Amino acid sequence: MALSAIFLIFFLVMHLLINLLSVFNEGLFNEASHFMGTNPVIQFAMQPVLIFGVVYHFVMGFILEIQNRNARVVSYARNNGAANSTWMSRNMIYSGMFILIFLVIHFIDFWFPEMNTKYILGDMSGMHNGEFRYFEELQHKFVPIWRVALYVMGFVFLALHLLHGFNSAFQSVGANNKYTNGLKGFGKAYAILIPAGFIFIALFHHFNH
Amino acid sequence: MNLTLKIWRQKGANDKGKMVDYKVTDISEHMSFLEMMDVLNEQLIAEGEEPVAFDHDCREGICGMCSMYINGEAHGPDRGITTCQLHMRMFNDGDTITIEPWRAKAFPVIKDLIVDRTSFERIQQAGGYISVNTSGNTQDANAIPISKHAADEAMDAATCIGCGACVATCKNSSAMLFVGAKVSQYALLPQGQVEAADRVKNMVAQMDLEGFGNCTNTGACEVECPKGISLTNIARMNREFLKANLKG
Ligand code: HEM
Ligand code: SF4
Ligand code: FES
Repeated sequence: MALSAIFLIFFLVMHLLINLLSVFNEGLFNEASHFMGTNPVIQFAMQPVLIFGVVYHFVMGFILEIQNRNARVVSYARNNGAANSTWMSRNMIYSGMFILIFLVIHFIDFWFPEMNTKYILGDMSGMHNGEFRYFEELQHKFVPIWRVALYVMGFVFLALHLLHGFNSAFQSVGANNKYTNGLKGFGKAYAILIPAGFIFIALFHHFNH
Repeated sequence: MNLTLKIWRQKGANDKGKMVDYKVTDISEHMSFLEMMDVLNEQLIAEGEEPVAFDHDCREGICGMCSMYINGEAHGPDRGITTCQLHMRMFNDGDTITIEPWRAKAFPVIKDLIVDRTSFERIQQAGGYISVNTSGNTQDANAIPISKHAADEAMDAATCIGCGACVATCKNSSAMLFVGAKVSQYALLPQGQVEAADRVKNMVAQMDLEGFGNCTNTGACEVECPKGISLTNIARMNREFLKANLKG
């Protein structure tokens, strides 16, 4: 659980950095996208690892939740969870489930069309009408306001998930030492700034197309 | 003060059980919560009813018997205390107080508010010990150099009284704080090294076997623990567990 989560935390940084290029430099973004989309190491080694990481994480998450629910047969008539723990820590399964719904939509939006173009239609050029298509496609996706709203919601839940998850992952692998307080601060910053970055990109393209 | 009590009544392990309302009057704010329960029970006996069964022994916060889930919190609303140390001044005249037993599959109810915590004992038996030569040549523990820091941390872990509040309060009914404390109190000392790897493996295996849930680091246990056992003990156990399994 924790190891797959730490892997996803690294992946998110990569993903955000590449997406940020789309805000600052259209050409660079196109080139980075083309590289990521056609490099065999990334496509056939890293991508399967990533997909496995995500699937493993949420499948284990559901198993964990079921086991933990089974560990208490009769529930309390009155329970005051807020007295001793954060809302985020008690609702990881719900923030996670929302992220999963988001991921399904995100795959339908970007991943399936990509796979279709490249491996079913066999067009590996990354071109459309003589120009790189990636930036155009991205901008086009963020025109409808409902999709922007959905992405923003998805990232709000991701922030909630990470506000507990980031530090939880380190505690799970046994790292609780003199660096923990510093790491907690960093974790909070990460959990807010990374999703905020994605939200910024979605809004940016909505208002600048 | 006058209070309404909503208490879990269950005749025995196989009874379904239900919440029952009671009224108590003229409760002094200086009473402990258990004294208030005594008042209720005397009243019930006078009325010819079955008194509420609850665990207690020392009544001074050291035995860990007085398990009660009060108004949605283990040992009630105060911090760093057991139920016997909870004062009635934490409540107000006219309050309704909900009192339930610890809830966990691994702590089945025996009667009313009494639960069976022998699962903790079986975890302890699985590895919570050290081998000492008792043939008359026992080495004086003071002859073994131990740093002040390690001694302090081991002592802090050893203050766990096995009350089970951590399990009761955990949304996953996880026993990691208890087991983390018991693993740590030996892992930090030279005497604990010989059995270190087997200890953590066996205690964790027994914990899982008993049906406790998995830790998701909500931290609720640390807040509700009457002895202030720290989450660092869980991290230490996780490290010990990884170490033991990597060694094979
Ligand atoms: C695909 C949908 C997802 C689901 C269903 C899901 C579900 C879960 C569950 C159930 C837990 C453990 C419960 C807990 O600790 O209270 C968890 C932990 C965690 N998740 Fe997710 N999650 C998802 C996606 C993500 C993503 C995209 C990330 C991001 C980078 C992430 C990061 C984490 C972290 C850091 C933890 C803590 C791990 C630990 O303490 O061992 N999750 N997730
Ligand atoms: S860790 Fe704390 S709450 Fe858990 S059994 Fe020990 S003393 Fe009780
Ligand atoms: S009765 Fe012993 S700790 Fe409360």
